[in-house]
Amino acid sequence: MSVARFWRKIPQRYNLIGTVCKTCGRHFFPPRSFCPDCRRSGEIVEYKFKGTGTVVTHTIIRSASDQFEDLTPYALAIVQLDEGPRITAQIVCTPGDVKIGMRVKGTFRRIAADGASGVIYYGTKYVPDE
Amino acid sequence: MRDVAVIGIGCTRFGEKWGCSFRDLFVEAGALALDDAGLSGEDIDAMYVGNMSAGRFIEQEHIGALIADYSGLSTRHIPSTRVEAACASGGLSFRQAVIAVASGMEDIVVAAGVEKMTDVGTGASVDALAGAADREWEGFVGATFPGLYAMIATDYMSRYPLTREQLAQVAVKNHYNGARNPIAQFQQEITVDTVLRSSLVADPLRLFDCSPITDGAAAVIVAPLDRAREFTDTPVRVLASEQASDTITLHDRRDISTLDATVAAGRRAFKTAGITPKEIDLVEVHDCFTIAEICAIEDLGFCKKGEAGRLTGEGVTALNGDLPVNTSGGLKACGHPVGATGIKQVYEIVTQLRGEAKGRQIDGAKIGMTHNVGGTGATVAVHIFGV
Repeated sequence: MSVARFWRKIPQRYNLIGTVCKTCGRHFFPPRSFCPDCRRSGEIVEYKFKGTGTVVTHTIIRSASDQFEDLTPYALAIVQLDEGPRITAQIVCTPGDVKIGMRVKGTFRRIAADGASGVIYYGTKYVPDE
Repeated sequence: MRDVAVIGIGCTRFGEKWGCSFRDLFVEAGALALDDAGLSGEDIDAMYVGNMSAGRFIEQEHIGALIADYSGLSTRHIPSTRVEAACASGGLSFRQAVIAVASGMEDIVVAAGVEKMTDVGTGASVDALAGAADREWEGFVGATFPGLYAMIATDYMSRYPLTREQLAQVAVKNHYNGARNPIAQFQQEITVDTVLRSSLVADPLRLFDCSPITDGAAAVIVAPLDRAREFTDTPVRVLASEQASDTITLHDRRDISTLDATVAAGRRAFKTAGITPKEIDLVEVHDCFTIAEICAIEDLGFCKKGEAGRLTGEGVTALNGDLPVNTSGGLKACGHPVGATGIKQVYEIVTQLRGEAKGRQIDGAKIGMTHNVGGTGATVAVHIFGV
């Protein structure tokens, strides 16, 4: 991933900046600039997500692409954020401890790197919150 | 719209074909299809080729022109178009060929699919395939393809009755069928124990729940139904050609365990063909992972949600069952050269409807269906065929 491609998503990846439609109240992460429900009558504004949510489903990744191979085995989950949107994220804990319905909260973490001397990608992982 | 028929089919052996290049693969499949239809290159009006990621696998784009050129058709300047929808590239390539003929724009059209995957290592291959999901919001955080389908399996098994053994039975059945298919990558039978003792890839999915990395190509030729008998005594009619889309990410779906694009494309296909699921004699579904076959059987309407595991365990989907599923061995045993898979499914159904499937023949098969999925369900192509 090029530096510019990563850099322009830093607000979303580091700080969970998404959007909300003031017309219908639907939240979007990643942000959308057009509400699929209200269309042109929607009014989209920036929204910082609380970073808390619930595990919807999960797995343990034991075979990964080259960038993530060092990390295996790691827990991956679909998390429903409290504001509504669902995201895919790593859960930082003993992989076998993740359960459906588990409460989690976002935490700033190193995600991956482009080799030994390339860009280090940071972002949000989730930790148990109960 | 004109009625369309398949008049010729060809497929390479699937497998890890170290000695074959991308070009060798599609030339072999194309030549087999032309021979089968008794045609020569001069008869072809247009070509479509399904290919997911030649750019990542062999650093080659511009596949449409490449296949026309190496098929010996560069001096005829026919239109040749690459179609890409991840693992559904082949199904969409076939649909484009059907549309071209049905519309009256073209008469004799080749629909091909090809993927050469083994020229990169496994890690690079896994990463290329992850491009079928959302690179920014799934792949970036460490989601792999088996991982996404594993999360479908976790969700499914928490809500519906499906045992680990029933899930393994999908792979056992598909290997049994693959052992009877001369083009299959894996032609040996396995047991439930083979699956349960294989290494975990993404819990609960194990190595034998996953389709392999495969090289291969397939090609079929379509023509107007009213001209089909000029070329073959056994034309196979296309009764429906449907396609649907859904959210690119798994997490944005209405229901993690239901592929709404499969539901939509399947319903449209049954409506277009004017038949019900009970009238289907056999179906090739997109079993990139064992859980995907379970979901497909249900989402296409062959049974209610939550019943496919029991039906699989009871042998209903086996070769001698009421609804044979994946007689080719499916993606699991026949192999999954991603861009070629959708065309190979058509190849299998046509072979069966012609009565030429030998050791895996479904006696008296008259109506067959193909179901080809891109990504985790963001694109689905469904076709129904009849004789």
